[in-house]
Amino acid sequence: MINLKVNGKQVTADVDPATPLLWVLRDALGLTGTKYGCGMAQCGACTVHLNGEAIRSCVKRVSDAAGKEITTIEGLSPDLSHPLQKAWIEIDVPQCGYCQSGQIMSAAVLLAEKAKPTDTDIDEAMSGNICRCGTYPRIRRAIHRAAELKAAGRRAE
Amino acid sequence: MSSTRTAIARRDFLKIGAAAGGGLLIGIHLPSLARAETITAPFAPNAFVRVGTDDIITVIVNKSEMGQGVYTSLPMLAAEELEADWSKVRFEAAPVDPAYNHPVFGIQMTGGSTSTPSEWERFRKAGAAARIMLIAAAARQWNVDPQSLKAENSFVIHTATGRRAAFGSLADAAGTIEPPKEVPLKDPKDFKLIGKPTRRLDTPAKVDGSAQFGIDVQIPGMFTAVVARAPVFGGKVVSFNAEQARRVPGVKDVVQVPSGVAVVANGFWPAKLGRDKLEIKWDDGANANLSTMALREQFAKLAQTPGLIARKVGDAAKALAGAAKTITAEFEVPYLAHATMEPLNCAVDLRADSCEIWTGTQFQTGDAAAAAAIAGLKPSQVKIHTTFLGGGFGRRANPANDFVAEAVHIAKAAKVPVKVVWTREDDMHGGYYRPMWYDRMVGAVDDKGNPVAWTHTIVGQSILQGTPFEQFLVKDGIDGTSVEGAADLLYGIPNVQVDLHTPKLGVPVLWWRSVGHSHNGFAVEAFFDELAHAGGKDPYELRRTLLATQPRMKAVLELAAQKANWGSRPPAGRSRGIATHFSFDSYVAHVAEVSVSKEGDVRVHRVVCAVDCGRVVNPDSVKAQMEGAIVFGLSAALKDEITFAGGRVQQRNFHDYQMLRINESPEIEVHIVPSTEAPTGVGEPGVPPVAPAVANAIFAATGKRVRRLPIGRVTI
Repeated sequence: MINLKVNGKQVTADVDPATPLLWVLRDALGLTGTKYGCGMAQCGACTVHLNGEAIRSCVKRVSDAAGKEITTIEGLSPDLSHPLQKAWIEIDVPQCGYCQSGQIMSAAVLLAEKAKPTDTDIDEAMSGNICRCGTYPRIRRAIHRAAELKAAGRRAE
Repeated sequence: MSSTRTAIARRDFLKIGAAAGGGLLIGIHLPSLARAETITAPFAPNAFVRVGTDDIITVIVNKSEMGQGVYTSLPMLAAEELEADWSKVRFEAAPVDPAYNHPVFGIQMTGGSTSTPSEWERFRKAGAAARIMLIAAAARQWNVDPQSLKAENSFVIHTATGRRAAFGSLADAAGTIEPPKEVPLKDPKDFKLIGKPTRRLDTPAKVDGSAQFGIDVQIPGMFTAVVARAPVFGGKVVSFNAEQARRVPGVKDVVQVPSGVAVVANGFWPAKLGRDKLEIKWDDGANANLSTMALREQFAKLAQTPGLIARKVGDAAKALAGAAKTITAEFEVPYLAHATMEPLNCAVDLRADSCEIWTGTQFQTGDAAAAAAIAGLKPSQVKIHTTFLGGGFGRRANPANDFVAEAVHIAKAAKVPVKVVWTREDDMHGGYYRPMWYDRMVGAVDDKGNPVAWTHTIVGQSILQGTPFEQFLVKDGIDGTSVEGAADLLYGIPNVQVDLHTPKLGVPVLWWRSVGHSHNGFAVEAFFDELAHAGGKDPYELRRTLLATQPRMKAVLELAAQKANWGSRPPAGRSRGIATHFSFDSYVAHVAEVSVSKEGDVRVHRVVCAVDCGRVVNPDSVKAQMEGAIVFGLSAALKDEITFAGGRVQQRNFHDYQMLRINESPEIEVHIVPSTEAPTGVGEPGVPPVAPAVANAIFAATGKRVRRLPIGRVTI
């Protein structure tokens, strides 16, 4: 049994400790928003947050995630209210949508670290996430837009 | 729509509605909001529209959503004529039923960039019929002439008195109205929704993880299977030892199926660990020595003699012989994998008298028939739940039904509900590639530099040979998809010959976004650039001249050139290339701005696209498809190839079959030509002109011709 804290909740999973976190999230916990794309940290579809850092869950042993805060796309906001989700909807970023959980989770760490990311910041933070549909121009626009929304939200508080 | 068809569809919908109420919604990928609401719909005037007493309008979409926005654009068509409040419109995936067959192809499928063109009238009529019936219901209740009523924003309104009733309040009554025989459609000038940028209905579910793809499906009692398939196409299992595999905790069973050996386990990870521990002796069969180097030599040799004639205008041989200047160029493109982000998968619950399937497929009718044959059931006993597709690009429309057929075999052998998941490597090695092509072009110009002859010899495998499509699309030995975009050359050149060699090889091939156009667009447009330079002409001006009888293509070309400032000096260090292509009845031109480093590294900075796809339903989706096609086309132009050595595919995953990444992605501008012509294809036509626009820009930058894809690094 492995104890995990996923999206703020304590859960247990009866799995081999060497199992990649991705498959524990998807198969044992039913959190299928995190996707499998390559299994070797090449595509970023499986990106989740581990103690606030973007990691590729397909190559992270579940035992290494025990006791840490894990956030998946399902835990990003309860109601599509994260600035990235709002911007993604406003700009209609997704096409097939399969890679977008990973894209958004990578972008969320970027936005947490940089209030106003530049194009270079976006290239650096997002080049690990492949989109076969080619939504990159919109991902870029949406990250800039999310930064604006976040800043506006902060001013409003 | 015939009344018989409507009646059948209505019956089916009552049945499906009841089943849905019984909890069979697993695998139907509706936003949770829509899920409960659609069940209550009492008014299902046809196979495509349901109106609930809660005012929710559900449009049942018979096309698979693989990113192209069809779950929004087809509902827009119905909503326009229904006069629906767009905020109340939901989508739902159609079940498999003849009512949902492609109006042209006669089977239920998504492909060929045909969804909007082929459904443009039917979905509007479905909405219009529903509106007429809602109005008739109100007229009966209020005892007024239906002519005195109008529909607006999901209300029926009595124009004279302003009395109004919400669609939902009329749904029960409308359910008793006879469907109209005549269904007139709006004058396009009255469109309120069609032609307006409209947000996609599926985006919210795609940004919170709730959208369900095939790989996400969970069914009660389900196991996951990972399969060891032959390392060489056509290979067979001689014997295998599953002892070690069975010892992996979580592995339930190991079964042999026609495609290989499947490890069935309680989850992907143990299934994969088990698969890796299988010891299998394979008979590699006839393709054991398959080699890309040998194939390239074979193709090049074939290209030196003419093949079967696909098009002949004038006398090209004579014109070549008497021309002032003749040039020859040979172009090569490799096999390509679709590499959808979601690896192939399929879930099957096989019972004694039913087979239920959850998968992202573009090919429902064929998949259902294949499943029925394997399961020993009637096609009517097979149900397919079409989930979201994590990319399609043609791979999920397979006449061989590979990923569905295999999953049914495994469910049958393992006797449990099973979801088969392909690893990325399995997907990459799975075949059904875009064929490799070799194109030999000979062209000639007269003493004024005007093209007078053009010959194009094409060498490559047929996609359609041996499929049910062969009888329709292969004529006199020529597969129409092999020569599309070449035999229908739009340029006014007086002597043209296009011919085809179709070698039969053991590599499974399939349509890949833009099909034959994906190579012909490159060969034709790159060679056109060469011929223009051979005659001392500006390639843009020569295109304009030779497109004199093609006003739509000429307009697209001019728009792209104007928006890209063709003819002005490009930004420092950059060069421009231009290319056009006509495919899927749409006209596209791209201008690429490219730089090439001293080391030969190519960087595409900007692509300006102009497209004429007739009347546009959702302009933002058209832009998105062009943007996506440009990125997709760039991955192929710059990076991708599937190669063989010793019968084996040499690429494995995204480290050696690379996709363009965001830091390599150009700025993209898309300009849509306003049009009142019938809608034409959008998903694919943006791909073919990408590679030649880049290749032509590389020539402008370096003086080097690119004749083989992927470009990789340019030798300077």
